[in-house]
Amino acid sequence: MKPKLNVLIAEPSDIIRQGLMSLIGDEEFAFLAPLRDLSTDLPQRIPHLQPDIFILNPTLLQSPAKMQLAAISQARPQMAIVALVYQYIEPQLMQSFKTIIDIREQGSKVPQLLRECCQNVDDTTEENYDLSDRESEVLVLVAQGNSSKEIADKLNISIHTVNTHRKNITHKTGIKSVAGLAVYAMLHNLV
Amino acid sequence: MADVIAANHNLILVMPRLGIPLGFGEQSVQEVCDHYKMPVDFVLLIFNVYTFDDYNPDDNILNQTSLQHLVPYLMTSHQYYVNERLPHIERHLIRVAQHAGERYGTILKTFFSDYEKEVLEHFAAEEHEVFPYLHQLLAGNRDDRMVVAHFVDHHADLVDKLTDLTQIVYKYLPGETMTEELNELVFGILQLSSDLQKHAKLEEKVLMPYIMQLERSLT
Repeated sequence: MKPKLNVLIAEPSDIIRQGLMSLIGDEEFAFLAPLRDLSTDLPQRIPHLQPDIFILNPTLLQSPAKMQLAAISQARPQMAIVALVYQYIEPQLMQSFKTIIDIREQGSKVPQLLRECCQNVDDTTEENYDLSDRESEVLVLVAQGNSSKEIADKLNISIHTVNTHRKNITHKTGIKSVAGLAVYAMLHNLV
Repeated sequence: MADVIAANHNLILVMPRLGIPLGFGEQSVQEVCDHYKMPVDFVLLIFNVYTFDDYNPDDNILNQTSLQHLVPYLMTSHQYYVNERLPHIERHLIRVAQHAGERYGTILKTFFSDYEKEVLEHFAAEEHEVFPYLHQLLAGNRDDRMVVAHFVDHHADLVDKLTDLTQIVYKYLPGETMTEELNELVFGILQLSSDLQKHAKLEEKVLMPYIMQLERSLT
């Protein structure tokens, strides 16, 4: 059996935290003692806690949020930092997260999201630049001119997940524009 | 002047567009500009934009700079991209495409001609809408229907596509032959790409604030 993934949650609301933990379930995941706020010595503590996934409510970050997040990320680069979002957060800050759990997300999809973001972490540590099957699928739909919203509907996944796939595709191929991705797909006989 | 060029040799490509040929000997920047009747503050503004990535002229600098040469400079740059840089890239691309096999060749050529078309349309829109609008503002007429911001949004996309083309050429084309041609092509694209980035910055950080200043002064 695969070892369980360590999950650290930082979220002030007991209700949301408990709800999230019960949705994630403890079959594949092990929970570390949750945090209600972010102490300044968190970057020093993270290496001892050894979380694989850090689910964080971005409103807990203190200004400058981006720098605090960078310090946390540096403390354990292989850890996937996931935003738990239920209000507007600056898009620029959102980019620093591996993926996003929206409070309106379907409960059953949450464990899947976490599994996926850990696979991505593995991919980047091994510097694997081949596209996964799911990424190829998304790439083809992008190349055919579908919007993220349309892709989300077709594959029955959330738009955040589509955007995470698109970000990984661009990271792996180095190609940003839709026209460029279409060429990539053609050169690789995907369309 | 020679010291400036030594500090950033890319300016050699910029000077002809300012109407300043090489061969200036030991003259200072001021002397060269006087000789070719270019305002030195404007020439320095252009040099700074092309040399320092984080150079952002503020309203004060813009107010004190003679900007009557800005639009002619931007137009000359458009001509330079369209008549010299793009055809140069196209020549190499066609040769690479011929050797890459029919399938790859067609894909490459289609991508490039779509891109070329998009650039031409973007330049034409600027020349037919933005620049004349600036003229109107300078003449004291304001047109509230004009929205110039969306021209700027398009810039990043035009630069991204060129970067994508380099990625495609050196990472994903079967690369057994044509090393020389491929290198020429990639360097040609990178050169144009960095020039276009500076050009976009000039329009975003100088032209747009200038237009907005004029609009404010007319309300």
